[in-house]
Amino acid sequence: MIAELGHFALIIALGLALMQSLVPMVGSFKGYNAWMRLGHSLSYGQFLFIAISFVCLAAAFWLDDFSLKYVSQNSNTQLPNQYKISAVWAAHEGSLLLWALILAGWTAAVARFSRPLPLELRARILSVLGAISVGFALFLILTSNPFERLLPMTPMQGSDLNPLLQDIGLIIHPPMLYMGYVGFAVPFAFAIAALIGGQFDSAWARWSRPWINMAWVFLTIGITLGSWWAYYELGWGGWWFWDPVENASLMPWLAGTALMHSVSATEKRGVFRSWTLLLAIFAFSLSLLGTFLVRSGILTSVHAFAADPERGVFMLMFLAVVIGGSLMLFALRGPAMQKVASYSGWSREAMLLINNVLLVSSLTMILIGTLYPLIADVLELGKISVGPPYFNFFFVPLSVGLVVAMGIAVFSKWKATDSKFLLSKIPLPLAIAVVGAFLLPFVLGDTDSGYSVTAGLTLLISLWLLATIAIDLKAKIGTDFARLAKLSHSYLGMQLAHSGLAILVLGVGLNAAYDEIRELRMAPGDSATISGYQFDFKGVNPVAGPNFTAYRGQITVTRGSKWVANLFPEKRQYNAGGQVMTEAAIDPSLMRDIYVSLGEPLAEGSWAVSLQVKPFIRCIWLGGILVGLGGLIAATDRRYRRRKTLLENKRAES
Amino acid sequence: MHPIRKQRLQIVLLIVVASSVAVGLMAYMLGQNANYFFTPSQVLQGEAPENVTIRAGGMVVEGSIARSTDSLEVSFLVTDGMANLRVSYSGILPDLFAEGEAAIATGQLDQQSVLQATQVLAKHDENYTPPEVADAMNKAYEMKQKEKQQQYQEGYE
Repeated sequence: MIAELGHFALIIALGLALMQSLVPMVGSFKGYNAWMRLGHSLSYGQFLFIAISFVCLAAAFWLDDFSLKYVSQNSNTQLPNQYKISAVWAAHEGSLLLWALILAGWTAAVARFSRPLPLELRARILSVLGAISVGFALFLILTSNPFERLLPMTPMQGSDLNPLLQDIGLIIHPPMLYMGYVGFAVPFAFAIAALIGGQFDSAWARWSRPWINMAWVFLTIGITLGSWWAYYELGWGGWWFWDPVENASLMPWLAGTALMHSVSATEKRGVFRSWTLLLAIFAFSLSLLGTFLVRSGILTSVHAFAADPERGVFMLMFLAVVIGGSLMLFALRGPAMQKVASYSGWSREAMLLINNVLLVSSLTMILIGTLYPLIADVLELGKISVGPPYFNFFFVPLSVGLVVAMGIAVFSKWKATDSKFLLSKIPLPLAIAVVGAFLLPFVLGDTDSGYSVTAGLTLLISLWLLATIAIDLKAKIGTDFARLAKLSHSYLGMQLAHSGLAILVLGVGLNAAYDEIRELRMAPGDSATISGYQFDFKGVNPVAGPNFTAYRGQITVTRGSKWVANLFPEKRQYNAGGQVMTEAAIDPSLMRDIYVSLGEPLAEGSWAVSLQVKPFIRCIWLGGILVGLGGLIAATDRRYRRRKTLLENKRAES
Repeated sequence: MHPIRKQRLQIVLLIVVASSVAVGLMAYMLGQNANYFFTPSQVLQGEAPENVTIRAGGMVVEGSIARSTDSLEVSFLVTDGMANLRVSYSGILPDLFAEGEAAIATGQLDQQSVLQATQVLAKHDENYTPPEVADAMNKAYEMKQKEKQQQYQEGYE
């Protein structure tokens, strides 16, 4: 009964979305105010019904209703309650429903907070969002209905949630990521509405900035969480694999980052107008592409749980309509949006241009590397996978360029900067970076392994960036920290996000330089020494968990004569599916992680064991969180909250 | 030439040169780092190159996993139903690696046609078979069926 209610609610939501995509749009052309205003109520109604549908599915999981195919495939009576709820979005159907729910949520938020916008623009924005919602609701109902019943052959027990997904990281990672993906639908809808109306001014840019920022913040946090989850849950100790699914989330992030920077120039100086619109289209298109790649099952990868050609074809057509349609519209209207504005070679505009060129170059090479195997497969050139060396070869130098440019850009001014002034700012942070890069590796690294060039270069660029940020802050506030509160949130957010990036770079580079991994065979009583830490393997005992049994190893870590940690890595076997899973044991700290995992049992009580010492790896996620936090602070800038400004601007213009 | 036109020409030339360099570099790097997939039959027929990183996979043959007694050296056979390929690897195998299950190894072939693997991947989910392996198994199955048919026809004649 609950399932039917959920299914029914979903169909009503589709009907509302359909009306929302048509009525306000038609109204905006005909000038019917009542039609345009209808967009708001339809948005709220649609959100309500998708929420009902979502709650119904969650209830089916909670009540172990295995007559639902989706529930029986992804849950089990033994599954702990919190995972029963997160199992709702563990596979294809439910995660699409979550996607639809989040889209409806963003749409309702736009309806609620967009009062200051002209009615016509507002109506069109809501219509475009409604049209996207129609696509997803149709996709759900036609190809991926989570409420499909298994009658009369109802199983007594479900086949369990994939053990890899039974984890706190998987409770929050997908919703965060989707909030980001779907959030880019808002600037996309903005861009489309502006292109339809042919109106595009700095008020538009100012109004869309907090939305772009918020979507980007969620995506940043989502990717960071995903990386962290992969690190501790997959049991390999890596934090990024250049897996197509990871690339699928990084591409919209890069486009979103470029968009965030270009829209700032559009708002302040009116430049890059059509480029900003194009980036808004790209960011959302890449989000859709990401969904397609992950959810159509065309990839050989960790996340490709589904394999269903019907879904793939629907998604591909949806992609073609959205991307093709919006690019067509852009081709017709975009060039007319461009306004001639001048800026000199050293201006902030030029710096933002460099930022955009580098980000879009990274994006392009990732896109090609990710799609190349698919294209080759379609053209029957053979089954190919593109390895990490390709991605690193391009991504690393482009990112280094980005960080170097960031340091100078902070001192630049809109329109034009005196090049002598800019050059005069370089020596001090450069000196700090060079000295740090030369000396610190001797402190951080092992004394016997010598100077690490990787570590040196990493320190050079990240210290450079941190030093420029500190110098710029000092110029603004002196030594009076109370003045920090007087700086604008945009500025503080930017500096925090950039510092976060410097810390992230520090983590990536130093971890690459000093990471120690050893896989070996250990019998109880054996010991091994890595990076100065001694690992004593005490043996393995059987233990029982709520829905699994496990072998739990004990490894004592000491350094010199000092005790460091007792680690208990596990090899679990889940009761329901019999699936085996490695649960790594980690002793975390800011300076280094000690990471231990069990391989397989070998003869005579010995085990294959992986021992790792990973310096500064926490900085990667700490940096990611700071980047996200910076974006959040920037989104709360007071300028965006002045509701009346827009109307006043409008009046002033007319 | 008009100075603005000249400036524009320079910019256009710069873009053309930069993007062709970028495209060339990208094509080259893709060529260097694209790892082709081969089925065990293809490898044994000599279709796969030596000393180039390739991927190969199939079902792990029952009873073929041999562990060294004092290190993490391991070797096993993968099959597509037609031919068996020996894979040699040192390190920890993934959780879902097992006899009779699908596995894909990345590495280089040595002169004895043994794949010296640097990475072994198993399926990540019980109900999931990597498309490459499923494809390889299907191909082999089809060939077997054809052979059977031929033998049958030959016998009939």
